[in-house]
Amino acid sequence: MLRLENVSSGYGNILALKGISLDINAGEIITLIGANGAGKSTTLMTISGVVKTRTGKIFFKDREIQKAEPDDIVKSGLCQVPEGRHIFPMLTVQENLDMGAFLRNDKAEIKKDLDYVYSLFPILAQRRNQDGGTLSGGEQQMLALSRALMARPEVLLLDEPSMGLAPLIIKQIFEIIKQINKDNNTTIFLVEQNANQALQIADRAYVIENGKITLSGQASDLLTNEEVQKAYLGI
Amino acid sequence: MLTELRKSLIASIWFAFLTFPIMVIKVNSIEKTIQWRWMNVVYVMVGIFFLSMAFRFLLKQKEMRAGKEESGTEIKLSPIHQLINHPTYRVVFGAALLLFAVVYPFVFSTYQINIMTTALMYVVLGLGLNIVVGLAGLLDLGYVAFYAVGAYSYALLNHHFGLGFWAVLPIGGVLAAIFGILLGIPVLRLRGDYLAIVTLGFGEIIRLVLENWGEFSKGPSGISNIPRPGLFGIELSLNDAITYTYYLMVIFVVVTIFFVNRLQDSRLGRAWIALREDEIACQAMGIDKMKTKLIAFSLGAFWAGIIGVMFAAKTTFINPASFTFLESAMILSIVVLGGMGSIVGVILGALILILLPEYLRELSEYRMLAFGAALVAMMVFRPQGLISNVRRTYSINKDE
Ligand SMILES: Nc1ncnc2c1ncn2[C@@H]1O[C@H](COP(=O)(O)OP(=O)(O)O)[C@@H](O)[C@H]1O
Ligand SMILES: [Mg+2]
Repeated sequence: MLRLENVSSGYGNILALKGISLDINAGEIITLIGANGAGKSTTLMTISGVVKTRTGKIFFKDREIQKAEPDDIVKSGLCQVPEGRHIFPMLTVQENLDMGAFLRNDKAEIKKDLDYVYSLFPILAQRRNQDGGTLSGGEQQMLALSRALMARPEVLLLDEPSMGLAPLIIKQIFEIIKQINKDNNTTIFLVEQNANQALQIADRAYVIENGKITLSGQASDLLTNEEVQKAYLGI
Repeated sequence: MLTELRKSLIASIWFAFLTFPIMVIKVNSIEKTIQWRWMNVVYVMVGIFFLSMAFRFLLKQKEMRAGKEESGTEIKLSPIHQLINHPTYRVVFGAALLLFAVVYPFVFSTYQINIMTTALMYVVLGLGLNIVVGLAGLLDLGYVAFYAVGAYSYALLNHHFGLGFWAVLPIGGVLAAIFGILLGIPVLRLRGDYLAIVTLGFGEIIRLVLENWGEFSKGPSGISNIPRPGLFGIELSLNDAITYTYYLMVIFVVVTIFFVNRLQDSRLGRAWIALREDEIACQAMGIDKMKTKLIAFSLGAFWAGIIGVMFAAKTTFINPASFTFLESAMILSIVVLGGMGSIVGVILGALILILLPEYLRELSEYRMLAFGAALVAMMVFRPQGLISNVRRTYSINKDE
């Protein structure tokens, strides 16, 4: 579904990704874990085309996308929930969700998806006429997630959805991520610092350090891997 | 209360001191003597003292009102908002305004009609800039450049090729829009202050080119004898021509309002608002940042171009002096004063800012001073503009 081959990218003189390769199959939940500044967000931004690929290739549905524009990539079915949520604070919940369906024209299907995300997060349905900026952190994350779903992506890229949230809310959000994957067979690429939660819902995982993939394998194996336990699970 | 008095006193002394060189000393360059106008010190001090007191009083009232609003839960709409949000009242209100606009020339003198035409031109300019600044959030300080492009398109195309008003009207708009795109491609990568500075520079460059490239634009002396708008080749007397121009402007205003209103509710309008709020989120949603901004920029320019043509036709004479930065500042003031993003606000802003100085002719030397003061006062008391853009209202539901 999505494959990175030896991808490097960065900002100005800084090379943030130093040749990483990933392989994500349709319908999987894959997680990328790593410390702060390891290059997780850069990986997602590079896939989305916001940060330009310097060397290497990115394949999405067997098409090379490393040179494509961000809007083109979204159109082809790949949608990102950026780090820090980035909802539109002055637009209502409903309008935020409408923005998610910006590139779509199929009114009836949009309505269906709207009902679906409201069924996932009933609290958003209650708050549909409230400005996005007045929501709590957890609700904002739910909104960001729902907004991305409104684009009906085949691959959903999630950048640290647990950031700054209470454990109970994190748990709820991860449950729903799993459900989204199951309901629609949406492929999920989840970037997390919260390795414990991420590894529990993921099928496979990669570990990134300083812009390089240092470890990969089945999520359950990584959970019991000593190195990972020491470095990321605090055991 | 006593501290307030003291603060106002200090402010007045400061002002007297600061304005001393311009208010008190007057050099009579013919007789080579200096006049000392001491009475002015007193005027300045008394004036500033009372202004300062009034300012403090209003500020205090505003604070008190803010405190009250926080304690109450429901947001009350101003009467004007109630009026424009109510469907039937809005139609009645609009119809009444239109009726007034139609009978206006029968009631008022030619002089008044002329002023009103100018004001209506600024209404359209304000609505055009409102697309760029109010909706898309791009601070454009060189808007007048596109206005100049429109005006000179008409003047030059008419002078060299004899093209008429109606032929040039779309050409002027399109040329201005093309200029908007050409400028926008490099410049719209910048944000906020940087964009403002570069557009300001561009506005000045256009004016300087017009001033100095004599063989192209006839330089500072300008172009005269530009024909007024044609009416199926009928010869109109001067008075009739002025009335005709006025009606044309009324039609332009109505058309512009219609378009801007539609734009605001369109997918494009939503993309602008979203882009103004969060660019990263927009990219994540698949909105082409550059294209969306460029459309806003060139649409704004298009309107300026159209009104530029209209301006050249109305005044029958143009020169670069009509397109200074002051003009851009004026249009921006209209948008900010009226309330960014609000159509009714911009209309009101234009009428106030253009008509008021005309009726206060004696004051017109201090117009810029009054402007500055009005804008500062606006920022303090109504940062959202005269009529803020209330797109919707909601009541906060308590969790059941
Ligand atoms: N906009 C930027 N400009 C310059 N350097 C950046 C920028 N964003 C991230 N970086 C650098 O790139 C590296 C990877 O950052 P990032 O991908 O954000 O890490 P993570 O998401 O894993 O915390 C860091 O060294 C960071 O300082
Ligand atoms: Mg990050």
